[in-house]
Amino acid sequence: MPTPPPLPSDGAPAPMPAPQPAPALSAAPSAAPAAPAAPAAGGRPIVELRGVSLVYPTADRPVTALSDVALTIAKGDFVSLIGPSGCGKTTLLRVIADLERPTAGHIAVEGMTPEQARLKRLYGYVFQAPALYPWRTVERNVMLPLEIMGLPAAERRTRAREQLERVGLSGFERKFPWQLSGGMQQRVSIARALALQPDLLLMDEPFGALDEITRDHLNLHLTQLWRATGKTCVFVTHSIAEAVFLSTRIVVMSPRPGRILDVIDCDLPRERTLDIRETPAFAAIAHRVRQGLKEGHSYDD
Amino acid sequence: MSDAYGTSLRTAADWGLVLLAAIALAALALPLGARDGAPVGWFAEPLAPLFLAGVVLAVVGGRTAPSPRKGAWVELAAVALAWLLPMHLMDRGIDLSAGWGLWLFLVAATLLLWRVLGVLAALPGWTRSVLVPGLFGLGLLAGWEVLVRGFGVPAILLPAPSRIAAALAANAPVLWDDFRQTVLTSVVRGYLMGCGAGFAVAILADRVPFLARGLLPLGNLASAIPVVGVAPIMVMWFGFDWPSKAAVIVVMTFFPMLINTLAGLGSAERIQLDLMRCYAAGYGRTLVKLRLPNALPFLFNGLKINSTLALIGAIVAEFFGTPVVGMGFRISTEVARMNLDIVWATIAVAALTGSGFYGGLALLERLTTGWHPSMRGR
Repeated sequence: MPTPPPLPSDGAPAPMPAPQPAPALSAAPSAAPAAPAAPAAGGRPIVELRGVSLVYPTADRPVTALSDVALTIAKGDFVSLIGPSGCGKTTLLRVIADLERPTAGHIAVEGMTPEQARLKRLYGYVFQAPALYPWRTVERNVMLPLEIMGLPAAERRTRAREQLERVGLSGFERKFPWQLSGGMQQRVSIARALALQPDLLLMDEPFGALDEITRDHLNLHLTQLWRATGKTCVFVTHSIAEAVFLSTRIVVMSPRPGRILDVIDCDLPRERTLDIRETPAFAAIAHRVRQGLKEGHSYDD
Repeated sequence: MSDAYGTSLRTAADWGLVLLAAIALAALALPLGARDGAPVGWFAEPLAPLFLAGVVLAVVGGRTAPSPRKGAWVELAAVALAWLLPMHLMDRGIDLSAGWGLWLFLVAATLLLWRVLGVLAALPGWTRSVLVPGLFGLGLLAGWEVLVRGFGVPAILLPAPSRIAAALAANAPVLWDDFRQTVLTSVVRGYLMGCGAGFAVAILADRVPFLARGLLPLGNLASAIPVVGVAPIMVMWFGFDWPSKAAVIVVMTFFPMLINTLAGLGSAERIQLDLMRCYAAGYGRTLVKLRLPNALPFLFNGLKINSTLALIGAIVAEFFGTPVVGMGFRISTEVARMNLDIVWATIAVAALTGSGFYGGLALLERLTTGWHPSMRGR
C-alpha cells in the first residue's frame, strides 16, 4: 500500500485566503477604455493585463482580435466578460490561459507569465463544450488532469469523488459521458477543472449550449460553489442576466477591434438566489450593461 | 411483432401462401426426374409421396401453430424435408436434370424459407444474429449441392460442397502443413511487421511533418502497385521461404496502416487538444491519453483492411516460388494436376482463415471501442 500522498507542491502556491469581503458599494464610474481598470476593493490582483493586443495574420488583411486591453482581476472576484460575438471575449480568456499568445502587451497571472502559470497548472479551464473523453467513465474523466499531474491513484480517486459530489453527481462515477444529459456533462467538466484545485477558474460560455432551465440551475450552483470555495472566476458569456447574476464585476466588450468598453461593478450581495433577478438593483445593473453593449454597437453599421 | 397484428395477418387471406401452393400443385403434374431416359412421376417413387405428405403436414402445422415464432420453426422443418427429397432421389439413381416437377417444388420450398427467415429476422437475440445468417448460408450450400449434383456439373468446373468437404478431410495433413507455412509463418510475421512499421512510421511522421507530406503520395502509389509485380521481385530478393512472402505483405500492409494511423492521430478535436495543453501535458502524454485512444477506430480500420490483404499477398506470392508447401503453392500445383477439389478445399481454408482473422479483429474492436458512436447500443 502506498503511503498517504503528499499534497502537490505546484498545485496551490499560496494558502487559500479567507473569502473576500463584499466589494465596496460604490457606484464607481466605469473606467475609460484602454485605462487599467482598478481591482475591486480588497483583493490582491491575480490577473493583470496591460496594453494587450492580438492580431491574426490572414490572407487578405490582418484581423485585430484584441486591441489594447487593460484589466486587473482581484483574488476572489467573479468577473464576467460580455459582448457580442467576435468581440474577443473568448480570445481574452484564451490569452490568460496561454492558449493564445498576444502580439503585444503584458500579462501576469499570479505574478508569472501565462505560460509559467499554465505549466504550474494554476488555473482550471471550462470550455464551451464539455470536451469529455468518451472512452473514459465520468470518474476517470475527472481524474484525467490528476493523472497527468502524476498524483497517486488513491489521491486521484478521493479528489474525483469529492469534486463530483460538489457538483451534485455522486453516483454517476461509473457512467460514460454519453449516458449523461448535456447539463450533467458540463457539470462533470466543471468538476474536472475543480479537481486541479486551482485558485483561478476560467470559464468560456460553459452553459451557452444548455436550455434556460438547466442554465438557471447551474448558475445557482456555480454562484454557491464560488462563495463556498473563494476561487477567482473569469466567466465569458453573452447573456446579460447570467453576467449580472454571477458577477462581482462585468467587463463589457465590443468587436472590431475587440476592446473593453466598460467595467461595471456588480454590487449585489454575495449570497444570491434566483429571486435576486427580480430586484430593482439587479435591473439597474442589467440596464447599465445593456447601455454599454448598445454603445459598442453604435460603432458599426 | 404484436400478437394482435400477427393474428390478423394470419387470419387474412395469405396470398403468398396461395401462390406457394399453386407452384407446388403445378409441380405435381411434372416429372421428378428420369431413370434410364424414362420420366419418373411423383407416385412412381415409393418414398416421394411420403416426403410430399410430410411437407404439406408441416406447412399446415406451421399455419395453425399458436404463435408466428413457433409456426416458423415447424415451417422450417418442412423446408428441410423438401430439400432432402432430391438427395434421396439421387441416392436412388434418378437423373434430376429433366425433373422440372422437382425443381418447381424446390422453388416453392425456397420461397417458404424466405418467409421463415422473414419471421425469424424480426425476433430479437440470437435467432436474428446467429440463426438467420446460419440458415441463409446453409440454404446456399444446399442449393449449390443439389444444383451441381442434379444437373451433373463436372467437378472440374464446380465440385459440390460435399466433395470439397471430403477433399478437406482426406487431405487434412497436407492442408494443415500449408496452413502452417502460409498463415502461421508468413502471414502472421508479415502482418505484424507491416502493421507495426506502418504504425511506428505514422507516429514518426506525426512528429516530423515533412515525412507525412512526402510519404502520403507514396502511399497512393503503393496502393496501386499490383501484387503480382512485387511478388517475383521479393522472391528474388529474399529467397523462396517465408521472408519473401512477409516482404510482399509488408509492402501491401504498410501504407494502409500508415494512412489510417495518421488519419486517426489527426482526428482529435481542437478543444480536446486545448484541454491537454491546459494541463501542461507534453507530446507523449497527449499521445497516450488522448490521441491514441481517439485513433483506435481508425487503427482497427487499418488492421481489418490489412488482415485480408495479408492473406491475399502471401498466397499470390507463393505462386512465384516457395518450398513445396503453402496454400498458394498447393493451388497452383493442384490446378495443373486437375485436382480441383483440393484447390477448392484450400480456398475454403483460406476463406475461413480470412473471416476468422477479420472477425477476431472486429470482436477486439467492439471490446476496446465500445464508447465510439458507431459501436454504441450494439
